[in-house]
Amino acid sequence: MKSKSLVSIDQCSKEDILRILDNAKKFEANPNRKVLEGKVAATLFFEPSTRTRLSFETAVNRLGGRVIGFSDASTTSSSKGETLKDTILMVSNYVDLIIMRHHLEGAARYASEVTNIPIINAGDGANQHPSQTMLDLYSIQKTQGKLTDLTITMVGDLKYGRTVHSLIVGMSHFNPTFNFVAPKELRMPDEQKNFCDERGIKYNEYTEFTEEIINQTDILYMTRVQRERFTDLEEYERVKNVYILKNDMLKNSRENLRILHPLPRVNEIAYDVDDNPKAYYIQQAHNGLFARQAIICDVLNIPVE
Amino acid sequence: MSAEKKKELQVAALENGTAIDHIPPTQLFKVASLLGLENMDNTITIGNNLHSSKMGSKGMIKISEKFFCKEEIDRIALIAPNIILNEIRDYEVVEKRTVTLPNKLIGLVKCNNPKCITNNEPMATHFDVIDKEKVIIKCHYCERKINKEDIVVK
Repeated sequence: MKSKSLVSIDQCSKEDILRILDNAKKFEANPNRKVLEGKVAATLFFEPSTRTRLSFETAVNRLGGRVIGFSDASTTSSSKGETLKDTILMVSNYVDLIIMRHHLEGAARYASEVTNIPIINAGDGANQHPSQTMLDLYSIQKTQGKLTDLTITMVGDLKYGRTVHSLIVGMSHFNPTFNFVAPKELRMPDEQKNFCDERGIKYNEYTEFTEEIINQTDILYMTRVQRERFTDLEEYERVKNVYILKNDMLKNSRENLRILHPLPRVNEIAYDVDDNPKAYYIQQAHNGLFARQAIICDVLNIPVE
Repeated sequence: MSAEKKKELQVAALENGTAIDHIPPTQLFKVASLLGLENMDNTITIGNNLHSSKMGSKGMIKISEKFFCKEEIDRIALIAPNIILNEIRDYEVVEKRTVTLPNKLIGLVKCNNPKCITNNEPMATHFDVIDKEKVIIKCHYCERKINKEDIVVK
């Protein structure tokens, strides 16, 4: 039997999600637990991602495990033409767990099929990044005290944004209402809307980002509108400043509203929002550590007391 | 076999083997290639643009002394879902089979996503058939969905 891996958020049942979030809470209360003593984890970053790598490596270190790996494939034999399969099998000889990021889509699923060592997908191209979704869910649960019956407004690039697509899947177990706010060219694809329709999940679509929408929102999930995503640059010029959150737009928002962003941000959240107690994106990244500790223990079947 | 049926065949009758009927003319050579006919030593008769009362014109392939297993023929469903296979023994049709798209397509279709791992590693592709009616398949690896008209058979 193949070992347990975390490749994609849609493999997680409601129970899986709740169990991992519950354990993340325990790690937040006490992040230093030596449950990985004597174990070695590999962080294989075929594509650089400093933020994600540091978060995972900190998680392993705080659990008492050791880390080997690389942060850039150009220093490895994959630059000499070694296949992913060979690299994974070679590393599998040494470690108890592989955390990998790859620029090719499907790389983590393939890796999980060629080895018996558990794989955690730390991002495969534009496809999946389940630990990001888990930390988003943890941040939502922590700030709202619950996951059920929330209104989540997603703003910006909803077409290519994998974080918003995965968040829809992750939240689909908890009766959410979504507001999708995006320019025409970057609106939510039919695939995600069909997913909501099939599950009876309510959603509204808007092209304008207004206070009225913000005022009926519990979680405001901002994403970056990137210039290179547009085929029509005139359209980009028209919309680039439309999806920017400014502090004065929050004056009549709900008390429990929190603003999330997968980071890095460029200009889509004005810096005057940072001091607003409703801004949560920095703490959100911090929660990633606890979510990743919980994920590591989950794939290794290590109970968290 | 009835006289009416014989008339409809329009190509030489087969003693033993498989007659594949109702192939859309544009898909005939793709079907031949999917079945690997170019590597077969059997006697093969191929007819195309034959008159069909059902579909206007059609293609037909007759392969002598050859009987296909289910896996071999189901792959045809990808490009010609309505074909009929007649298994013939001693000039008689002993079995009529229709093709059904399998749930999984392994090593058969190329993924259209250049950034998919299957286009960059020496490995078999793997698609899940998510809509048999409309023929929509989804890459097991990169999760890209491909509609019927965009399917590229390897």
